[in-house]
Amino acid sequence: MKLNWNVNANGKEKSRIGARGTLKVFGLLMVVLLLMSGCAASEPAEKLYVYNWGDYIDENVLDEFETEFNVEVIYDTYATNEDLYVKLKQGGTPYDIAIPSDYMIEKMIREDLVEPIDLAQISNFTAIDDRFKDLDFDPGNKFSVPYMWGTVGIIYNTAMIDEEIDSWNALWDPKYEKQILMLDSQRDSIAVALKKLGYSINTKSLEELEAAKAALIEQKPLVLAYAGDNLKDMMIGGEAAIAFCWSGDAVYMISENEDLAYVIPKEGSNLWFDNIVIPKGAQNVEMAHKFIDFLSRPEIGQKNAEYIGYSTPNKETLALLDPEISGDKTAYPDDADLANLEVLLDLGDFIEAYNRVWTEVKSAR
Amino acid sequence: MSRWLQKSYLFLIFTFLYAPIAVLIVFSFNDSKSTSNWSGFSLRWYAELFQDDKILSALYYTLAIALISSLISTVMGTFAAFGLSQMRGRFKGFVLGVNNLPILNPDIVTGIALMSLFVFTGTRLGFMTMLMAHITFSTPYVILSVLPKFKQLSSEMLDAALDLGATPWYAFRKVILPEIMPGIITGFLMAFTLSIDDFVISFFTTGGGVSNLSIEIYSMARRGIKPEINALSTLMFLTVLLLLFVINRRSEKGAGVVLPKTDTLERM
Amino acid sequence: MLKRLSTAPYLLWSFLLIVVPLVMVLGYSLIRTGPGGPEFSLNGFIKFTDPLYLKVLGLSVWIALQSTVLCLVIGYPLAMIMSGLKPSAQRTTMTMIVLPMWMNFLLRTYAWIPILGRNGLLNGLLATIGIPPLNLLFNEGAVLLGMVYNFLPFMVLPIFTVLIRMDRSVIEAAQDLGANRLHVFWRVTLPLSLPGVVSGVMMVFMPAVSTFVISDLLGGSQVNLVGNLIKDQFLSVYDWNFGASISVVLMALILVSMWILGKTDKNGSGVSFF
Repeated sequence: MKLNWNVNANGKEKSRIGARGTLKVFGLLMVVLLLMSGCAASEPAEKLYVYNWGDYIDENVLDEFETEFNVEVIYDTYATNEDLYVKLKQGGTPYDIAIPSDYMIEKMIREDLVEPIDLAQISNFTAIDDRFKDLDFDPGNKFSVPYMWGTVGIIYNTAMIDEEIDSWNALWDPKYEKQILMLDSQRDSIAVALKKLGYSINTKSLEELEAAKAALIEQKPLVLAYAGDNLKDMMIGGEAAIAFCWSGDAVYMISENEDLAYVIPKEGSNLWFDNIVIPKGAQNVEMAHKFIDFLSRPEIGQKNAEYIGYSTPNKETLALLDPEISGDKTAYPDDADLANLEVLLDLGDFIEAYNRVWTEVKSAR
Repeated sequence: MSRWLQKSYLFLIFTFLYAPIAVLIVFSFNDSKSTSNWSGFSLRWYAELFQDDKILSALYYTLAIALISSLISTVMGTFAAFGLSQMRGRFKGFVLGVNNLPILNPDIVTGIALMSLFVFTGTRLGFMTMLMAHITFSTPYVILSVLPKFKQLSSEMLDAALDLGATPWYAFRKVILPEIMPGIITGFLMAFTLSIDDFVISFFTTGGGVSNLSIEIYSMARRGIKPEINALSTLMFLTVLLLLFVINRRSEKGAGVVLPKTDTLERM
Repeated sequence: MLKRLSTAPYLLWSFLLIVVPLVMVLGYSLIRTGPGGPEFSLNGFIKFTDPLYLKVLGLSVWIALQSTVLCLVIGYPLAMIMSGLKPSAQRTTMTMIVLPMWMNFLLRTYAWIPILGRNGLLNGLLATIGIPPLNLLFNEGAVLLGMVYNFLPFMVLPIFTVLIRMDRSVIEAAQDLGANRLHVFWRVTLPLSLPGVVSGVMMVFMPAVSTFVISDLLGGSQVNLVGNLIKDQFLSVYDWNFGASISVVLMALILVSMWILGKTDKNGSGVSFF
């Protein structure tokens, strides 16, 4: 048999019995392995497909939901709003639940990618603070229910950085060459550059966008990597000294490494909201409503908020939280600190220009 | 002098090839997450690995898809090779040309092409689409390993059997099959290993919570250093060693080693 | 009759799942959804001629070429040394070269992350001799290393196979005729092993030029290759027209370079396509 890189000239004369025996052993091994791993995949009747950000829920909550409603939750994750959008836009996905951010919800509503939500079925909707209801991207919460919210700021390691950081310019400081992390997420990274330059994060001015691009390209030699979820590990482990991140991740990182500090830069920043939606074409809309209601339960919200570190929009959850958590200014800043913040908006077709800028930045050498 | 140089060169290369694997294996037993400090022996990463539902279900899908896809592509490919061996002329050349496309095309192109098809036809991405993709990219390898066996076959043998009153099926089973069996087995093993190892094509053609080990490793690795991956590597390396040992013992002499891509290109 | 029947399923399959999808990619590269529905457009290809994207392609080809040359320079001597060993030693070394290939490709790539990281093994070792940590990960060098590590066996195996099949008497004859070793290598061994080199070059260049995994994991999204560009168009930008155009260009690039390489291999003992 031609199984081999055989060295002998007559190596082709392989024994067929040998080959068959091999196959038998092989087959046996396969069956055993399949049986072993097959046990992990026994199925209840109903299924709920959940599509969420990585590390964005206490997975025990999913188990609880499965037991209480006798349903199998199939859980998948994405890394950016854009990845989620493309999956839903192209179709062929079975998701019943997704958790996009403000501007993406606006875009998805505009493009008819989400199912309406019947608030009458979400009994815990009353527990959610009015501040987070009826926001511009989804007036009247016809399509989305608040899940978490937060800010974007700078996280830095006080053991590696001596000065007090209060400006986006720190991410451009040559002192920190190859110790800076950016996020591999176009709207977020471009927003940082725009804010540094004093522009709106929703600018539709090509000139301002070009300036942001130039700033990002100028910054690139200083950047260690455009990271994803590994940003957290790298900051905790001291592989990098400074980065920008979402407030909830900052809470988690600080809990793992006390040298880290979070600050919302003085130039202003991004305030964001992640809401739960039901994607168009969901197979199990009824169960999806139950899941949304479940996540909005105060004590379930508490589990999630405590586990992932993000800020809850649920006032009853907030009351349940350990004062140490609800008093943490990183996650629950004073209203005065929020005054200076902007929410990302859907840019319509102008997003093309952002796509291009981001490709250009990533391709720069 | 020259001997010594040669030996040290070999030693250097093997260090290069095995050092990373050795590091993974050693640190899979490290109590802490670090890969620079040793903080004591521990099996905790193995325990965590086996409690990870995602990894276990990925293992299940990897094996199920590898087994089913290699079986189907072996049967389909063997029959196709038989038909092709009887054919001549342009049409055969054309079919073989098409057959070579998935082998020559970069994986990413094959992947997005299949994804385009599935999305366009509204097929829901998941187990079935990934299975179909795997059958598509592994059948060509089966054909290329079975076809030469048919060429070596003398056509008189089949004719003789048929003349003697054997049904075509009986003749196939008793006369042809034993002759081409080595090619079939090679093809099957190739299909199987290709399927187990595939990442790019699976990545584009799956969805809805179905993933294989490669996809899981990719998303874990993108999130930074995960010691569970070290544990997984160790287990996979041991499995490979075991398999190789078994194969070596079974085929009397010589290392029975398949490396599908090089092996096939050699014969194209 | 019998032969038709036995080929039919695969003919249908390969038409539906090989030909049709590729035609669709070609279609997507030529058709885009304009304001008034789908329309024919060369926009994707025109967009690709932008220096920005050509630079991405250039970088991919450049890194792939570097890794191919490195694999050849490292792999050829290795194959030669191996071919000079005793048969049993040949088998052992061969198995050892192939063994890592049986491990998952992603694991082999991942393995370098904990080694090269700032707090990784290598920097840990350097620290013990007082050298401050170096930035080894997340740059082109790391991507190149990942490629050489993954694809080296693809270069060694075909060359080795050709070398051991080579007729030793030719070399001995040349030596008897008074040629020195360098001369024998240059005039006899190397030309005769060319088919193996050609296979090896293709086996390394092809995956290297189209990868997005190695640049993702070891390049920290700092190194954008053509594979990353395609992946982004399909998975995060949603511009299928452009993504398909780049794929068509990449496919053409590879098929043409194979065809050229196939032509240079006149003996036909190694590779011939179509």
